[in-house]
Amino acid sequence: MEKFVRLTATACPLALSNLNTDQILPARYLKWPRSANLGRVLFQDLRCDADGKERSDFPLNQPAYREAKILVAGRNFGGGSSREAAVYALYDAGISCVIAPSFGDIFAQNAVKNGLLIAVLPEADVAELAAAISADAELPLSIDLEQQAISRGNRTYTFAVDPVSRNQLLNGWDDIDLTESNRDRIGAFQAEDQKRRPWAVPAKA
Amino acid sequence: MNEPQTLVDKLWSSHTITQREDDAALLWVDRHYIHEGSFHAFSQMKAYGRAIAEPGLTFGVADHYVPTRGRGHAIANPEIAAMVHNLETNATQSHITLFGLDDPRQGIVHVVGPEQGLTLPGLLIVCGDSHTSTHGAFGAYAFGIGASEVAHVLMTQTLWQKKPKRMRVTVDGQAAVGVGAKDIALAIIAQVGADGAQGHAIEFAGSAITALTMEGRMTLCNMSIEAGGRCGMVAPDATTYSYVKGRPYAPSGAAFDQAVEAWSALVSDDGASFDREVSLHAATIAPIITWGTTPDDALPIDARVPDPARETDPVRAEYLRNALDYMGLTAGKKLTEIAIDRIFIGSCTNSRIEDLRAAAAVLAGRVSKVPGLISPGSSIVKRQAEEEGLDRIFRDAGLEWADSGCSMCVGINGDIVASGERCASTTNRNFRGRQGPGARTHLMSPAMVAAAAVSGHLADVRPLLAGRTP
Ligand code: SF4
Repeated sequence: MEKFVRLTATACPLALSNLNTDQILPARYLKWPRSANLGRVLFQDLRCDADGKERSDFPLNQPAYREAKILVAGRNFGGGSSREAAVYALYDAGISCVIAPSFGDIFAQNAVKNGLLIAVLPEADVAELAAAISADAELPLSIDLEQQAISRGNRTYTFAVDPVSRNQLLNGWDDIDLTESNRDRIGAFQAEDQKRRPWAVPAKA
Repeated sequence: MNEPQTLVDKLWSSHTITQREDDAALLWVDRHYIHEGSFHAFSQMKAYGRAIAEPGLTFGVADHYVPTRGRGHAIANPEIAAMVHNLETNATQSHITLFGLDDPRQGIVHVVGPEQGLTLPGLLIVCGDSHTSTHGAFGAYAFGIGASEVAHVLMTQTLWQKKPKRMRVTVDGQAAVGVGAKDIALAIIAQVGADGAQGHAIEFAGSAITALTMEGRMTLCNMSIEAGGRCGMVAPDATTYSYVKGRPYAPSGAAFDQAVEAWSALVSDDGASFDREVSLHAATIAPIITWGTTPDDALPIDARVPDPARETDPVRAEYLRNALDYMGLTAGKKLTEIAIDRIFIGSCTNSRIEDLRAAAAVLAGRVSKVPGLISPGSSIVKRQAEEEGLDRIFRDAGLEWADSGCSMCVGINGDIVASGERCASTTNRNFRGRQGPGARTHLMSPAMVAAAAVSGHLADVRPLLAGRTP
């Protein structure tokens, strides 16, 4: 898995709340394989009109934010469907970090598995940050995961991140390796559990 | 004496294999359900060069992409055919039992699991689908996961998770006739908000919850995710045991009795503490519909469309304007004056036999003023409904009776609501574009969808039930 330690990049404001995974990646693209560039249909129905023409008022379409690697969004970002492809779409579009007051639980778990940082900032800080990057896109944002700090110019914010995710991102850990190192424990649990809960295995239909 | 424990704590500790320093626990997975969307996970597993760990604990269902019409013939759309075929190939290669397209047990994964007796109290159940919370209705710990986690479960039958906070939602009292589990669910979501239960496992308790049938409890737990909850659950009781008993994959005979004894301990102990408590009174809940683009935009049917001009919070006012614009609604309009273009009855929220009976009770002897589709939750539900003559009632009302699948809930099989059309729907998400690009969705119970159908506009089902058995 890819590590995330530090990042300095342009940030794009997306002032909307409840940007659920249906908005991030509409369901009709869920058939696409991982090798397809899902980034080109990120936020498709918000980004483009019914004829596929870009809407100029959508921030990611504006020249100043086209290369953004960071999104500053409203609360409950990534709620709804468990589709991990929503994370693939963000990732393929070059987004490495989303800052918001809160996130959907499943989305947050999917994000970390793909090296995407989910940074939680209080609503007032997010509003201030969004206003600042809306007024001046040039000045980049710096994110330091070790310090849990976001800085822009001489303003610094401290963000919250789930410690499990932080650990995993900083180390680039793959769950599977860690699980593998617990193989014996799993075997012992399974043997004990089959005695304790014999009814838990499916009966033969 | 031991600390009193919640149901969530008991289920969590009985599945914990080990715990990491940062507090993540490695959990044992009792059941893993997969559907067509699992192809990313199988690709990941192959990329790791590994094989499935426990094929006997994994069950596949074709539901998301299956056609609801013309079954028995080849699937016309090659991309959709490939999705269904891909699942079959992966299941076969990994020796997974599959309830595939032509299996008489096929249906929506969250209907089929319980129907087959695979979903049981005390189990930890995962599926790459957010509505896996449905299975919590049995007193199981059930939650949705993403593709990387699906791959991890395939390879190890375990999952690393951080323990959620515990939230209890207590609903006491008796719900009025015409008010069902969907109304209770929407009332809860309206109260706590679409992200109100984020980071929490919800236990539903109280007399109005224990009075619910298993179908009702499944509807309720299904919607936990729409309040942002990690999972939702109801402690198992006699209602649960009698539903489970005799189902194909459930324990039987002495094993069943032994299981019931173990399941009886799956309750929150007196004095157990929750991180958060919420309570509602069932008697005050009216039939509810959603008017906007998130599930917490829910109001009683006798209310009016909210007015952004009356909103003091500018962010909220802006949201309201956008939502009304997308939904094509004017502020202040009575909800019962909103004309609809079509109806849909289906989805893992409301497509079980009881849901179909509730809709039929309203539709019997009446005609729908708009076109509509009814997709039963499983092929077994379909046959049962036909034995009960419900299909006749639906057809006589002018509605289409189709085969089982996710259908118009998510639209990826081709069953979509056209852009700009307004649909009264028993589904779970009124997100922009959920039922198709530009589609306008109003969520409600099956009885309320039936009421909207016969009225041609959103309507209160209660007067339509006068003199009938709901
Ligand atoms: S019916 Fe809808 S919500 Fe349920 S599993 Fe299918 S797509 Fe998901």
